[in-house]
Amino acid sequence: MRAPASSAPPTRAIEIRAQVVPIVSTLLGSATALMPTVALSPTWPPLGLLMLLAWRLLRPEIWMAWIGLPLGLADDLLTGQTLGTGMVTWTACLLLADLVEGRLLWRDYWQEWLLAAIAIAFAMVAGWAIACWTGGATPIRLILPQIAISILCFPIIGRLCARLDRWRLAIGKIRAQD
Amino acid sequence: MKAPSRNKRPGFSRRAQYGLFFSYVIAVTGILVGLGLVVIAHVDPTGFGVIRGGALDATAPISSAARGVVRGAGKVVDGIGAYFYAGSKNAEMARELDRDRAALVRARILALENERLRKMLKLVDDRGGSVAVARIVGSSGVSSRRYATLDAGRAQGVEPGQPVRSPEGLVGHVVDAGMIASRVLLITDSSSVVPVRLARGGAPALAAGRGDGSIEIRPLGAGGNPFNRGDIVLTSGTGGLYPPDVPVAVILSKDGDVAVAWPLANPAQLDYATVEQPFAGLPPPPEPTKTAKP
Repeated sequence: MRAPASSAPPTRAIEIRAQVVPIVSTLLGSATALMPTVALSPTWPPLGLLMLLAWRLLRPEIWMAWIGLPLGLADDLLTGQTLGTGMVTWTACLLLADLVEGRLLWRDYWQEWLLAAIAIAFAMVAGWAIACWTGGATPIRLILPQIAISILCFPIIGRLCARLDRWRLAIGKIRAQD
Repeated sequence: MKAPSRNKRPGFSRRAQYGLFFSYVIAVTGILVGLGLVVIAHVDPTGFGVIRGGALDATAPISSAARGVVRGAGKVVDGIGAYFYAGSKNAEMARELDRDRAALVRARILALENERLRKMLKLVDDRGGSVAVARIVGSSGVSSRRYATLDAGRAQGVEPGQPVRSPEGLVGHVVDAGMIASRVLLITDSSSVVPVRLARGGAPALAAGRGDGSIEIRPLGAGGNPFNRGDIVLTSGTGGLYPPDVPVAVILSKDGDVAVAWPLANPAQLDYATVEQPFAGLPPPPEPTKTAKP
């Protein structure tokens, strides 16, 4: 699927690393919900979702849209949300990204952030709606600060993904600069 | 800037086109399956308890190990904060101690009298014993539901439905139990409703969580709002589950017909919580009267 950018043949270890790093980093993002703090209101940004979107926008070719199903299920189990919340919202975000990307001729930083912001807001409002429907009707104003924090966090996560991407593909070491 | 979709367009290869098409089919099917799971959760909230319990078992030790570090750091900050306004705080506490001493004496007299009256009535206190004492190791910071994680599970006898309390007050009840960890629905969650009564006067009420750390107290009696700022509400034991006379919350403000209260057991500060047997309900009156009052 992925064509190496340089003539140097990548070693087996780097091939595996290239496949595993995006998945593991997204799982680690979900696992930040295990932080040993007891929160009185939802404040922590959904870092798993942010990692997923950052990888998707940085490297559209590494994942098909269905990757949102297993990763979203893992997120549900790690964060203790209603099972299915992450599966539905994450996959819908990836489909949304596919849909928008097919229509864009070019892309810049602000567009990427706007797309991510829409996806984050959609996923969190959908998660809130599901939580409401399955028994915990909180006022929506409680998740607005969380949405704002998550949108503001996205560029940092994007940078982190870019650093991980360079390490994972060994860009600048055995491959040419991208 | 780079083109949006590198290597995503399959080009003219039939196989690649079908591959992309099937990936979308899988994704949409998966979304429908996910929605099915949500519907099941709506119909049967305790479904998938085994899966959720297993995930809890796998993840709770991580939170458990790091919890001590966080608490240590929090204590340092609190310790520094305590030095500010030390003089005025000291004077205020001395005044408060004088006031409370008199109240304490009265309370001791009442406790003695209470014990004497109980003996006269030969009341049997058939309260279920505690099941386990466990540490609260984490909570759901991302989700809009309010759950906390306990590091005790079925191996210690914890089962879904058992009430959880701390020395300060009521914490919540167990909803998912794994082998070594369990998940507690806090009383501040918006799906939690606890039957309570006012400590002063005993007016019955319902304490419903609001999801933002506070609790809404709705009086059951008609007419007027019987609550004042600073009043304490206790569990009434009505309907079973929660044992009676556990402190729940202190009232902060009145808001029309309801009152806003803050839980006495702040889960963020808790060290240990006790899991108890579900309260079986108040015993029926010894002699059924003909004119039962509602």
